[in-house]
Amino acid sequence: MSILTRRRGLVAGAAVAAVLGLTACGSGDAGQAGDPETPGDPVSLTMTVWTADETQLALFQSIADAYVEANPDLVSDVTFEAIPFEDYTTSLTTRLAGGNAPDLAWILESYAPEFVDSGALVDLAPVLEGTEGYAYDDLLDSSLELWQQDDGLFAYPFSNSPFAMFVNTDQISAAGQPDPAELVADGKWTYDAARDIAAAAAKKSGKQGLVVRDFDYQVWENLSTIWDGWGAAPWSDDGATCTFTDPAMVDAMTWIHDATFGDGAMPAPGTTADFFAGDAAMTITQISRASVLDDSFAWDVVRLPAGPAGQQNVIGQAGIGVFAQGEHPDIAADFLAWFTNPENAEQLAEFFPPPRESLLTAEVLGAANPKLSEDQLQAVVVDGITGAVTKPAHPSFAKLQETVRASLDPLWTADADVEAVLGDVCGSIEPILADR
Amino acid sequence: MTSSTLTRPRARPRGARGTAARRDQLVGYTMVAPQVLGTLAFVVAPLLVVVWYSLHEWNVLAGTFQFAGAENYERMLADPGLRDSLVASLWFSVGLVVLNVSLALLLAVLLDQKLPGTTTFRTFFFSPVVVSLVAWTIVWRFLLQDDGGINGFLASVGIDGPNWLRSGPTAMLAVIVVQVFKNVGLNMILFLAALQGVPEEVQEAARIDGAGPWRRFRSIVLPLISPTVLLVSILTVVGSLEVFAQIDVLTGGGPGTSTTVLVYYLYQQAFQFNEFGYASAISVLLFIVVLALTLVQWQTRKRWVHDEV
Repeated sequence: MSILTRRRGLVAGAAVAAVLGLTACGSGDAGQAGDPETPGDPVSLTMTVWTADETQLALFQSIADAYVEANPDLVSDVTFEAIPFEDYTTSLTTRLAGGNAPDLAWILESYAPEFVDSGALVDLAPVLEGTEGYAYDDLLDSSLELWQQDDGLFAYPFSNSPFAMFVNTDQISAAGQPDPAELVADGKWTYDAARDIAAAAAKKSGKQGLVVRDFDYQVWENLSTIWDGWGAAPWSDDGATCTFTDPAMVDAMTWIHDATFGDGAMPAPGTTADFFAGDAAMTITQISRASVLDDSFAWDVVRLPAGPAGQQNVIGQAGIGVFAQGEHPDIAADFLAWFTNPENAEQLAEFFPPPRESLLTAEVLGAANPKLSEDQLQAVVVDGITGAVTKPAHPSFAKLQETVRASLDPLWTADADVEAVLGDVCGSIEPILADR
Repeated sequence: MTSSTLTRPRARPRGARGTAARRDQLVGYTMVAPQVLGTLAFVVAPLLVVVWYSLHEWNVLAGTFQFAGAENYERMLADPGLRDSLVASLWFSVGLVVLNVSLALLLAVLLDQKLPGTTTFRTFFFSPVVVSLVAWTIVWRFLLQDDGGINGFLASVGIDGPNWLRSGPTAMLAVIVVQVFKNVGLNMILFLAALQGVPEEVQEAARIDGAGPWRRFRSIVLPLISPTVLLVSILTVVGSLEVFAQIDVLTGGGPGTSTTVLVYYLYQQAFQFNEFGYASAISVLLFIVVLALTLVQWQTRKRWVHDEV
């Protein structure tokens, strides 16, 4: 090799190495956040979020500004970067791949095990427990479970929004159907009852009956709000075995299939229906959606119905984690302890039901949710969080989400063999479950 | 008589000539530098880096990057998802090339006639080319839904339309047709320019020899525009292998995996499953497929392209 060629090779190698150095190198160790050391110059922190609501962002900024004011030697400013929800996790991981990790990020519950297992996040427990006045014991154990590994806590579950059933009482009464609130009071609020009401209301109005919001025959995990009433789950607790073929799941999916193609209680594939625009009689969605309701129709909100296995509350969670790959994990963890302390958690409760037992009262939540009565808040939010389960989550969730989606597609035809399709789903995901 | 003396032109000093030549070289290099540097930075370097990535297992979340040798390439051989995506890509490419090229040629031939209203006709088919791809596709998604505009129209004439985007064959057909209508105008203009370059006297001679319209088109026009057919074919084939936005917006790769073409599969592996090393290996495969198809078309041009005979 000539000197020139060798030099060119070195330059090319250096360029590639520089690119890799920028993008691929980072610590793979799961660390613990500790006491922050005062940096030479105060640092800038970044938190990625999926809300673009200006009121919410203004609240975050005011809490952050107070932290900067109290800690001028540590932090010069905190930036909240909004990423659209649809592409949130993809954008976040692409940032990580580009060596541009934010200091803190919101993390969706379905991806919690993937982030926690990977070692991408630092253990926050020492900082949160050690922060004076944090009241760590006030955090509900059930809300922390998803974000814990061994004795560590790898994200703070800042939002715990229960799923509930919103009902359009105008459409239901027009169809001559019983009021769901009365059925709840009488202990007759079951999925079968909801299906009958939905089918009758849809027939009467020419609109749709029961919509599982954001399912759209793609986001199948949202169906867990129904199948939890059958005691069904997509995989075993250890995540190693497919349970789509278990009798409870077969029964639940048969119920959903029949409600869709049998009596028209649920919208068929390719049909769009927005409950909040008056297109449907009922919808299962998170309680936080109540804010978009107006007075264009009479509505109510009730807890999720009971299935054959009883009534099961379901919550959608979101956590805030600190990235080990971030430039200042210790300072970011210290900021998180501030951001989520009891006083600030109460402010955040205006938008996000907190994981703090002391704040989960109808009184606290009522101040922030004027559209819901105290009775509704008690029955749906406070009681809805207690003993609730989260939507399906798994360390390989991204792969499972897409694989199950593709394998479930044959189910969404009128003449589908439910048991056979679910058998195929298991056949498709078992290699992924076994590979974890 | 005056005498004149021829004198040898004075040679420019050697050093000055060398300086001018170097200056010319410098100007030349300066002129091409932006293009060369751009190509090196944004084409060659990423290509090399992707090949390098494809030899590694890269866990984005854990931040680990480990040499894996040919593991990612071995994995491709046993990956049924990749096989399905290659089949979907094949169907999409064949459908797109056949429909797009034949429709573009037909429209160009019609436009080449001296008929009233050709300008409006041309504008009508060319306008989708300048429309945003995503906006175009979103509008089509609404039209193709079960309760969308197309089925609404079919219902008005007593036809129960299918759920276009929810069954495999109709979903693939829908994606192809949406892409054809998006780009057929561009190919139509290329064909039209070629048709208008066919010498009138050649056609006239054939007409005098008794050749009918079809015979003149097949034996005179088509061979003379074959270089454009080659160009359009290469562009359409390469374009068909790069399709992404239409799949993402219309079907998300479904139903099942029926419309998960190679680029969409690559996207899923990289940005949904965080398998950046494996996705890099797939992108190397895609590069080889595009290169091979282009080379095949280029090499076979001598058999059917007029100017190359």
